[in-house]
Amino acid sequence: MTRERLYCFDQTGEGRTASLSFFIRARIENKSSLFYNRHVTSPPPAFELSSTEKAQLDGLRRGDEAVFKQLVAAYHPAMVRIAQMFVDDRGIAEEVAQEAWLGFLRGLERFEGRSSIKTWLFTIVANLAKTRGKRAKRSLPFSFFENYDRDTDEPAVSAERFRGADDAYPLHWASAPAAWKSDPVRQALGGELKTYLEAAVAALPEQQRMVLTLRDIQGWSADEVCNALGIAETNQRVLLHRARSKVRRALEEYLT
Amino acid sequence: MSDELTCKELVELVTSYLENALSAEERARVEAHLATCDGCDRYVEQMRQTIESLGALRETDLSPEAQTKLLAAFRHWRGSQQNA
Repeated sequence: MTRERLYCFDQTGEGRTASLSFFIRARIENKSSLFYNRHVTSPPPAFELSSTEKAQLDGLRRGDEAVFKQLVAAYHPAMVRIAQMFVDDRGIAEEVAQEAWLGFLRGLERFEGRSSIKTWLFTIVANLAKTRGKRAKRSLPFSFFENYDRDTDEPAVSAERFRGADDAYPLHWASAPAAWKSDPVRQALGGELKTYLEAAVAALPEQQRMVLTLRDIQGWSADEVCNALGIAETNQRVLLHRARSKVRRALEEYLT
Repeated sequence: MSDELTCKELVELVTSYLENALSAEERARVEAHLATCDGCDRYVEQMRQTIESLGALRETDLSPEAQTKLLAAFRHWRGSQQNA
C-alpha cells in the first residue's frame, strides 16, 4: 500500500473522507500491524503481544468478565476522546465508543494479535467515528495524508508582535507576552476554562487537532502518535507545534 | 550576522526544544537566548502551562452508565458465543 494509491481517492471531499478508513481497514484485512506504517512501503516488522495481553485475550475468549471490565476501565475513556476527534457531539462519541466494543468482541475470534489490544480498539473506534462524523458534517474535507507543507507559512506568533528586521533589536518582541492573571493548570480542572480549552482544541485544523489530542490530552508518546497515524516524526512535531501555539494564543486571550 | 537567535525564531523552536529534538548546538543557542530575554522566557513557560492544562482535559472517568451498558453487551456476546 503506498501513498500514491491513497491519492487516487482524493478527487473529492467524499473520496478523501473515505481514504483513512479505507487505509486502516485495508491494513486490518491484510492483518498487517498498524505499527511502523509511516514506512508505508516496507513490510511491517512482526508484532508480538505481551504475555499480559495474551492472557487478557484468553480471558476474554473464556468469557471472563473481570478481564473485560479491566480493559473497559483502561481504554473506554480514551476511546470516547478519540471518537470526539471526528464527531462533535459528546453523546455520539460515547455511543460510537460503545459500538466499538461490540465490534471488538465480534472480531475477537479472528483477532490474531498482530497489533496490541489498545491499537486494535483505537483503530475500530477511529473508523466508526470517521463514518459517523462524515454523516454529521459532510462538508469537512478529511485530508490527513495531504502534505502539511502546503501551509508552511503559519507562524506560532503573529508577525506584528515582533519588531522589524532593521530595528535596533531586530525581530525581538515588540509586544512581549503579558503575564497571565491566573494559573491555567489549576483552573483547567473544572469550570469555564475547561470549556474554553475544549473549544480551542475543537477549533484546530483536523490534523493538528488529532496530533494534539493524542499527545497532550491523551498523553501518548511521539512514537505512538507517528505509528498510529502513519506520519513521520518531523511532520508530527510541526503539527504539534502549530496546534500548541494556537492553544497558547487562545489561553493568552483568556488570561490577559 | 551573529548566530544569536531572534525572538521570532525562538517561538518557532519552542516545541523542538521542549521535545528535546534540537541538536546540542541549537539547544545551547535557545538557552542562551532564554537567559537574557524575559519575553521568551515567559513564552516558553506559557507553552509549558498550555501543555499541562491540556493534560487536565484527559478523561479517565468511566460513567457507571457506560460500564453497565458495556457489561450487558459483554454478557450478551458471551451468551451468543456459548450458543454458537
